[in-house]
Amino acid sequence: MSTAAQADPAAPAGSASPLAHRRPLGDRIFQILAAAAGVLVLVILALIAISTSQQASSWFSTQGWKIFTVDWNPATNSFGALSFIYGTIITAAIAIILSVPISVAMALLLTEVVPRRWARPIVYVVDLLAVVPSVVWGLWGILVFAPWLFNIYTSIASGVKGIPVLDALFGQPVSGASFFTCGIILAFMITPIVTSLSREVFATVPAIDKEGAYALGATRLEMIRGTVWPHSQGGVVGAVLLGLGRAMGETIAAALVIGSSPVITSHLFAAGYDMPAVIANQFGEASGEFRAALIGLGVMLFVITIVINLIARGVVERSARRKRGA
Amino acid sequence: MTATEQPAVNLREPAGWRRTKNQIATTLMALSFVIVLIPLGFVLFTVIAKGASAISWSFLTGGPIPPNVVPIGIGGMWPAIYGTLVITGLAAVIAVPLGVLGAIYVNEYGGRGPLAQVVRFMSDVMTGVPSIVMGLFIFSIWVLHFGYSGLAGAFALACLMLPVVIRSSEEMLKLVPDPLREASYALGATKSRVTLTVVLPAAIGGIVSGALLAIARAAGETAPLLFTILTVTATNANVFKGANTALSTQIFTNATQPYLGAQARAWGAALTLIAIAFILMIVARMVTARFTRYSR
Repeated sequence: MSTAAQADPAAPAGSASPLAHRRPLGDRIFQILAAAAGVLVLVILALIAISTSQQASSWFSTQGWKIFTVDWNPATNSFGALSFIYGTIITAAIAIILSVPISVAMALLLTEVVPRRWARPIVYVVDLLAVVPSVVWGLWGILVFAPWLFNIYTSIASGVKGIPVLDALFGQPVSGASFFTCGIILAFMITPIVTSLSREVFATVPAIDKEGAYALGATRLEMIRGTVWPHSQGGVVGAVLLGLGRAMGETIAAALVIGSSPVITSHLFAAGYDMPAVIANQFGEASGEFRAALIGLGVMLFVITIVINLIARGVVERSARRKRGA
Repeated sequence: MTATEQPAVNLREPAGWRRTKNQIATTLMALSFVIVLIPLGFVLFTVIAKGASAISWSFLTGGPIPPNVVPIGIGGMWPAIYGTLVITGLAAVIAVPLGVLGAIYVNEYGGRGPLAQVVRFMSDVMTGVPSIVMGLFIFSIWVLHFGYSGLAGAFALACLMLPVVIRSSEEMLKLVPDPLREASYALGATKSRVTLTVVLPAAIGGIVSGALLAIARAAGETAPLLFTILTVTATNANVFKGANTALSTQIFTNATQPYLGAQARAWGAALTLIAIAFILMIVARMVTARFTRYSR
């Protein structure tokens, strides 16, 4: 790879000057432009942090620790975010639990089972899930999927009535819009990214390890458990974390199907709320401290997703580097 | 001479429980794909079935967007289609050149240097920033000072696209073989000239297809537009001034309406939006197939 240090060949064409001659102005301007475009990413990230926390500062300063209460009532100027944080965690957890086994199984299917010429069309189909816009998932979720799920919820709820733990988890559905519906929709939406990242991780397993396992008489499952899995654990954890970040930040689909009710409850079939959804739904009528509180939720979301992404990218990068180094 | 007793070695697939377990695992993997197909097919089927009955020529080209209570057949979605096309197009005009330049910096100039590594890593991190945070960001930094406009929405979408374009373009630049660069240097070309006339044309197929995929994703985004363009019912031809509207925000507001007309318009808009995204994606695939010179 050519670096700036190797800029010597870039001396003006046809000139008799030594190779260390200064590069022409246009060449240097182009390098500066390119560097500026690269640095722009860092500038934008910094600006996001600064401008949004500035707008949200009055929420943090007037409410203090009260931001971590369940009391959210714009009419009385109380803006506690705990129920939204709870909803975000619950829905993201449901999405991860539903999506990860399927995504990992599909990544294994694509890398270890099907021949390469079949893998491409399958990848295209899975990526279609990511091309369906969030708002279309939400529209379908609230008008078609949620009413259909409601029947299932009611039959499950009547089935578990009176059973201690299950009743607290799966009882009392009031409508199809709920934590669980939101979790399912989020699971659909994060499956493509978790699949494609896991696939990249599995693809780094050296062929010679796999062949070694087969040569010892292992079945495909035994080969996967013996060589592919130990090799890829770290990377798959990273992929799952990135999926978690996506699930937490996904806004519009959640805003439509979560039910919009700021409560903390163990009932997964009850209507709830999460952080991005409340911002999307209530920002329009907000002003003053109300708006500051909503932007503050955005700041929290930004910080959480940045931290998750930093950890996940770090994990993926480290496991990839270890593989290359070994 | 004694006849050695050869033990019967079965070189075929292992039998019994191990084989059964292997087959179960393979079946489960195939099943995972089927499980993914179900919601995808279900969504596409619903959107096409319900959207097709709403879409007509006047739906696509007429306006203004009627109030929610009005049944389907009056007015049209053109203001929203126009908004989506213009705002997404403007975002692409902002983000694609910057993204390609950033990728050129990371791959051609920065190399393994610390700044390029940081930019590369942070671009990855930036792809994970929720789209609603981008909306809040542009609201705080632009809308509060200059008001709602299509331009503000384009800025928010551009912020989402930028890291995606950087990463996909960088992958494509990486595939251009070094001897090509070295040959150009040997002819005495400057670095910028090598990059612009040799490296970039060699990678252009992949770069264009990556950019188109990013545009397709951005066209469907709703959250960054909610607080940046507001919503109007008539076509606002001036993308730089005044509130605007887009298909995605129209779907969002119509989805929660109890009126059948509003819901029908939402389905029609959803089909239009998916069609736009799919066309962009198919064009991207065609570009990849036609113009990609180097691939993995």
